[in-house]
Amino acid sequence: MFHRESGYYKTTYASDSALYPLPIARFTVAGFAILFFVVAPLLVSSYYLTILNLVGIAIVGALGLNILVGLTGQISIGHAAFMSVGAYTAANLATRFDLPFWITLPAGGLMAAAIGIIVGFPSVRIKGLYLAISTLAAQFIIDWIIVHTPAISGGFQASIQVPRPSVFGIVLDTQRELYMFILVTAVLAIVIALNIARSRIGRAFIAIRDQDIAAEILGIDVRRYKLMAFAISSFYAGVAGVLYTYYSGVANNEFFPLVVSIDYLAMVIIGGMGSVLGAIFGATFVTLLPIAIDLFMTAVGPYLIEDAGALSGIKSHMRLVVFGGLIMFFLVVEPEGLNRLWLNIRSYFRVWPFSY
Amino acid sequence: MKRILASIAVAGGLAAMTAAHAGEIVIGQMTDRTGPTANVGNPVGDGAQDYIDLINSQGGINGHTIRLVEVDNQYKVPPAVEGYQRFKSEGAVLVGLFGTPITQALTADLQKDKIPATTPGFGTALAADGNAFPYLFPAAASYWSQAGAAVEYAKQQMGGLKGKKIAYLFYDNPAGREGLPVLRKLSELEGYTLNEFPVPAPGIEMDNQARDIARRFRADFVISHLFGRAPSVQINALKRAGFPLEKVVSFVWGASEADVAAAGGFEAAEGYAGLQFAGVGDDFQVRRDIKAMLKAQGKEARESMSSTVFYNRGLLISALHVEALRNAVAANGGKADVTGTQVRDGFHAIKDFSLGGLLPPLNLGGGDHEGGGWVRVFKVTKTGFEPATEWFKGYRDVVFELIKEESAKMKN
Repeated sequence: MFHRESGYYKTTYASDSALYPLPIARFTVAGFAILFFVVAPLLVSSYYLTILNLVGIAIVGALGLNILVGLTGQISIGHAAFMSVGAYTAANLATRFDLPFWITLPAGGLMAAAIGIIVGFPSVRIKGLYLAISTLAAQFIIDWIIVHTPAISGGFQASIQVPRPSVFGIVLDTQRELYMFILVTAVLAIVIALNIARSRIGRAFIAIRDQDIAAEILGIDVRRYKLMAFAISSFYAGVAGVLYTYYSGVANNEFFPLVVSIDYLAMVIIGGMGSVLGAIFGATFVTLLPIAIDLFMTAVGPYLIEDAGALSGIKSHMRLVVFGGLIMFFLVVEPEGLNRLWLNIRSYFRVWPFSY
Repeated sequence: MKRILASIAVAGGLAAMTAAHAGEIVIGQMTDRTGPTANVGNPVGDGAQDYIDLINSQGGINGHTIRLVEVDNQYKVPPAVEGYQRFKSEGAVLVGLFGTPITQALTADLQKDKIPATTPGFGTALAADGNAFPYLFPAAASYWSQAGAAVEYAKQQMGGLKGKKIAYLFYDNPAGREGLPVLRKLSELEGYTLNEFPVPAPGIEMDNQARDIARRFRADFVISHLFGRAPSVQINALKRAGFPLEKVVSFVWGASEADVAAAGGFEAAEGYAGLQFAGVGDDFQVRRDIKAMLKAQGKEARESMSSTVFYNRGLLISALHVEALRNAVAANGGKADVTGTQVRDGFHAIKDFSLGGLLPPLNLGGGDHEGGGWVRVFKVTKTGFEPATEWFKGYRDVVFELIKEESAKMKN
């Protein structure tokens, strides 16, 4: 049962294209599935489910940006704007037409994808920093259009109250119910992202990333695939935006400022570009680390500094310092991100104790 | 994944250590000490903390100590959502919010959990309607009330509004635009010409708008609603354009010591006026009490105390919290185990509370959670801020009518 791979004995196409060819990988995945679908909702308190919910939404967004930045080698500093597009699309559909989440969720994604294709057009001609600036412009243009169009933003406050999603008549409004909602969406997002990466589309993306001229010579329609990368990435962002909307019960453009786009870029870079697991690590790390530091300092701080007022000021600033420091530390230890760190650990133990 | 589990385990242990004790009342207070509004968040947070320390040093509420759990939300939604749940897990019966997007994000949860929250100076103007938002207490003039009051002040200054030209210089985001409905409606009622001058983010360049106001539109009065660095830029831009600062009144986030200092000091900004929802300056009994308490404990007064505009707003926040809790504890027979609903009723029972002149006479009962929408204008003089008016409300009837209209729309 715990035997490892040795040689290449695949005799069917099905076994060749299996997502997890090794039994141990399948058991691990099954273990995590049980952990997150059964154990966590039953045993974890609602406060920690909140954190898992925030991580789950971040994972969906980071997976999308990872497809664009990590797989295709394009850059976008407008990711948050696409989340905003998804959020307002879903909010308008949900409030004006009373549509359920299983329509608004993909609809938000599709609208974001459509806008993503438009924003992605410059990528056909420009690369690198130039593209970064044009997507940065998109962030501000989309934001401006939403705020200044009451038909989209729902009035002077640019926020739309959205009823919580309901499944079979049950309104999902506790952290536990929302956890299941976000978990299912996040798992779907992960499975799709894993499969995109190893399909024709994903391989075309990687070819474009590594050398776009060579990719074109190989017969890949570079323009089409670049725009497709923007569309898929924006779709994920849109879905993440819809999740935020349902999670907080309101669509608001101030949830998605520029700094959120930067946060997502940080997740992809810290996690390790181009891998699904990396995006998950990155989203988890960037969402969880400030909370963990804060909780740690709240518990330890009073023993070091007696004055509660002074402590709260120092605590928040220390959080930024430690957060930045840890990011630098991990990137210096492993420039290719947390995913590579994990792979190193894994390959060490794969042959342990005969590591020669 | 292992990382998640490990941190969950660690954090779980920590939370268990800090759970609420008997005879203790927990308030959750959000601040922004490191985000884009940190210049506000730090003094507000310090003021809120110091007031609670003061009450605790005087024996707490009916002998029960108050524990303030502070979370720095960095003006971002995810940390705020996490922070709110942390408050809940620590047994908070009352939450002080910080930031408009944060207020929006938590409104539904607060309602469901029946935990009252204060949102002085941000959030939606509609929250003044206690029937529509039973658990939100702005407890200070909303942007709509500020707009009404600014027009009232302009009217007093110019001796009438008929045929006058008013420029609204505002930060072009939802919060900045929020004043518009009231200003537009009042221009119909009062017969002044309103011209709108949006300033795009980040608001550090407004010479064009200032020239337009001073030379082309030739405004008689400027009402400005800016945030961050923008107010100080505005003071200089208007001066360069030759517009007298005596004819400017700013909303509540545009007239603090920091803004004046960034504009070149009190002498340079002389005549500039701003609306305030808490008193400005050092001459209040509660500030003297805090200084005495710090001295008795052998501590130095905080630097942020000199930022009186924001620090005093922090005092306002905690003072309201303490009053509501006092009323709730009294209604609960003097016991500390009050519920969120009792604290909400405690807010409703706040009557003519003014904290020795630091606040307007607030009444939060009767369905008006804004407490009347009081403001006071403070003017910049060579030596500091001087009050230019008493506490007043502007066009309360018009504002409240708009609130009713809008919240009726929302229910449909």
